Amino acid sequence: MRVINLSTTSDASFIEQVKKESGQDPAECYQCGNCTAGCPYTEFFDYPVSMIMRLIQAGQKDTVLNSKAIWLCATCETCTTRCPCEVDVAHVMDTLRNIAYREGRYTEKDIKTFYEAFLTSLKNNGRIYELGILMGYKAKTLHLLADADLGPNVLVKRLIHFQPNKIEGRDEVQRIFKRFAEKRDNEKRDNQKRDHHG
Amino acid sequence: MKVGVFICHCGNNIAGTVDVARVAEETRKIPGVAYAINYMYTCSEPGQDQIKDAIKKYDLDRIVVAACSPRMHELTFRRTVEKAGLNRYYFEMANIREHCSWIGEDRELNTNKAMEAVRAAVAKVMQDKPLYSSSFAVNKRVLVIGGGVAGMQAALDCADGGHEVVLVEKSPSVGGMMARLDKTFPTIDCSICILGPKMVDVAQHDLIKLYAYSEVEEVKGYVGNYQIKIRKKATYVDWTKCTGCGECMEKCPSKDAYDSFNFGVAPTKAINIPFPQAIPKKAKIDPTYCRQFTKGKCGVCAKICPTKAINYEMEDEIVTEEVGAIVVASGYGLLDIEKMGEYGGGRYPDVITAIQYERLLNASGPTSGHIVRPSDHEEPKTVVFVSCCGSRDKSIGVPYCSNFCCMYIAKQAILTKDHMPDSQSYVFYMDIRSPGKGYDEFTRRAQEEYGTKYIRGRVSRIFPKGKKMVVRGADTLLGTTVEIEADLVVLANAVTAAPGAPQLAEKLHISYDTNAFYVESHPKLRPVETNTSGVFLAGCAQGPKDIPASVGQGSAAAAKVLSMLSKDFLENDPAIAQVNQNACVGCLKCVKTCPFQAIVEEELRGGKVVAKVIQTVCAGCGVCTSTCPCGAIQLQHFTDNQLLAEVNALCLS
Repeated sequence: MRVINLSTTSDASFIEQVKKESGQDPAECYQCGNCTAGCPYTEFFDYPVSMIMRLIQAGQKDTVLNSKAIWLCATCETCTTRCPCEVDVAHVMDTLRNIAYREGRYTEKDIKTFYEAFLTSLKNNGRIYELGILMGYKAKTLHLLADADLGPNVLVKRLIHFQPNKIEGRDEVQRIFKRFAEKRDNEKRDNQKRDHHG
Repeated sequence: MKVGVFICHCGNNIAGTVDVARVAEETRKIPGVAYAINYMYTCSEPGQDQIKDAIKKYDLDRIVVAACSPRMHELTFRRTVEKAGLNRYYFEMANIREHCSWIGEDRELNTNKAMEAVRAAVAKVMQDKPLYSSSFAVNKRVLVIGGGVAGMQAALDCADGGHEVVLVEKSPSVGGMMARLDKTFPTIDCSICILGPKMVDVAQHDLIKLYAYSEVEEVKGYVGNYQIKIRKKATYVDWTKCTGCGECMEKCPSKDAYDSFNFGVAPTKAINIPFPQAIPKKAKIDPTYCRQFTKGKCGVCAKICPTKAINYEMEDEIVTEEVGAIVVASGYGLLDIEKMGEYGGGRYPDVITAIQYERLLNASGPTSGHIVRPSDHEEPKTVVFVSCCGSRDKSIGVPYCSNFCCMYIAKQAILTKDHMPDSQSYVFYMDIRSPGKGYDEFTRRAQEEYGTKYIRGRVSRIFPKGKKMVVRGADTLLGTTVEIEADLVVLANAVTAAPGAPQLAEKLHISYDTNAFYVESHPKLRPVETNTSGVFLAGCAQGPKDIPASVGQGSAAAAKVLSMLSKDFLENDPAIAQVNQNACVGCLKCVKTCPFQAIVEEELRGGKVVAKVIQTVCAGCGVCTSTCPCGAIQLQHFTDNQLLAEVNALCLS
């Protein structure tokens, strides 16, 4: 096991960032483990969710942001429901995923690609177009035959359509995306300016 | 008028952020102030001597001490000025510590505020009037509310001290929670074997009058002179005739009554004696299950009773007792496990509470001490204990630790192995809290000698799988989720305040915290007193605590009662309300608003109706003074003129 030097590696600004962006205080966690106990994905995680909370408390930024767990989390919110300290753990996981994405840390590339395919579909069609997401995802990941056996079933049940169902107000959904992109760019510029001056 | 002002440094507590020398210097300029000085510790003996000497030397007649909160040292300095020959109410305290030096770091602002506080105190002390206490006789009887181990201890100690004790217990027998336990930690001695003799002592003590199956209905009066109304609930059995033979219980055809003594582990009869060692050992009818009450006919018990003690017409009876002091030992309640839906308590019969398990372990319990699963009455081989079931869980409103669960779980795990050597127990825990004498060794024994597997983590879900209950929790030390297939799950559900605790507190005029536990006068230095003089606390009513602590508090409360009752007369506080009969218009609004029923109507000669304050009952709260439309009722030592003098001093400066 690796020895963690808490004097040199504990990143207080990371703890602050998680606290600010999630609106949750990691210090409230007393490590009872109820989130891990309820989490249906613990067996796939490299770090169980209670340990992610502990790593945040210890300011271990790289370990947390490079973990698989933050990408594998399905946001089922069982952790949030069970937490006796009323910490919205699922929201903390969501926040960590966002921070990791912005920093270009994609430990689970396929999942990141799926998120992107999902959002692209939403942006183009105003709602999700399942076949479009599927194609986009498979083209990028080259997992061409994964889950192909499910194809006939979903086709028979008409869960997948060959044409996107273009909704009214598509342009308004697009405007949301545009506004978000602008906001993100502004923030980035402000941060750069601050860093430059600082 | 010559005012002396003493400004305390309180070490660095005050002098650290207040320029005390400047405060003294400025104080000397206030008209009426003849002497002002700053000193390191005014409360110390030399500090008090300095006050006494100055009174003599400079002929001072009013004293102000600028120091800490009057809650700390007002009494100290009142005694000091009294020793120097002044009336003890010719004294004021300016709080320049809690209100000043401790709350700000700006020396300039703090010094200014300290000077203003002193100026206000000087203005008030110049308006102060001499006041004199009057004394009143003390009733030397004691009321103890609650017949658990804490209440019994308090009752026995008071009675052994020679005072008559009225013990009120709401259930049909004394003994409380401890009477339900099988063994006690950390010695594994039989609970009823050590409690039984105390229960018998209570029953046989000449000076203890026991009201079982009774509740306090109303509390009137004041320290030294309380009138208590007690409701003796109808038992439908004449206890003067009942011999406790138990024949009625044997023959009663209604067999599915809820057994509150056994926490519903098994049903009982509609007429029952709660347990073999019950004191008093008398039968009582539960009318919600008795056929005579539900169907209008039966009468089996009345026919069978050899002493003709059954009386279906019995009604509640109210009796009045007069006492001088009250000990509240009303115990605790337990969290309803249905609030923890994910554990399935209430839905799955094989998920039970620890107190129910205690009844299964107990030889006088419904299973005669054989551990069986409630669902199929088979012996469980795997038992899982879940600690902190609701405790330390602010999401369900129990942010505190329930204090003794860690210990009784270790005990129950040990007893499980004793009863069934081929069984395996598991304990889910967050922290093992075992700070008492011999306690940590005990929890180690559970693991080392009895092979109990302790798992550090909380349980998220309990669900059935065939005949088993699957307990899914975390092992945070392993860093993963674990599952155990259990035959029986025991939940250590949180300790809560007793049902009805706030209502009782309101009758007694004592305060309770957000969790409805009663509040002591001081968490360290006055642990069994309340802020209502004459009312004392013992046991879990004040907060979760184990048997040794409850017994300790019972004795401590008794010691407080005995020292109070060692006096034949008590002195009242003269800082109470007083009516100016010339100004009173007789509207009697004050009578209605007084929370202590301390004001009555009085008819003067000539027929004029005015309000009259009963000196001994008035607590000096001041509600009446703010109600009075014509300023006729004034709180002594806090009159309108005195308070306005302070306001003027602040506003004019």
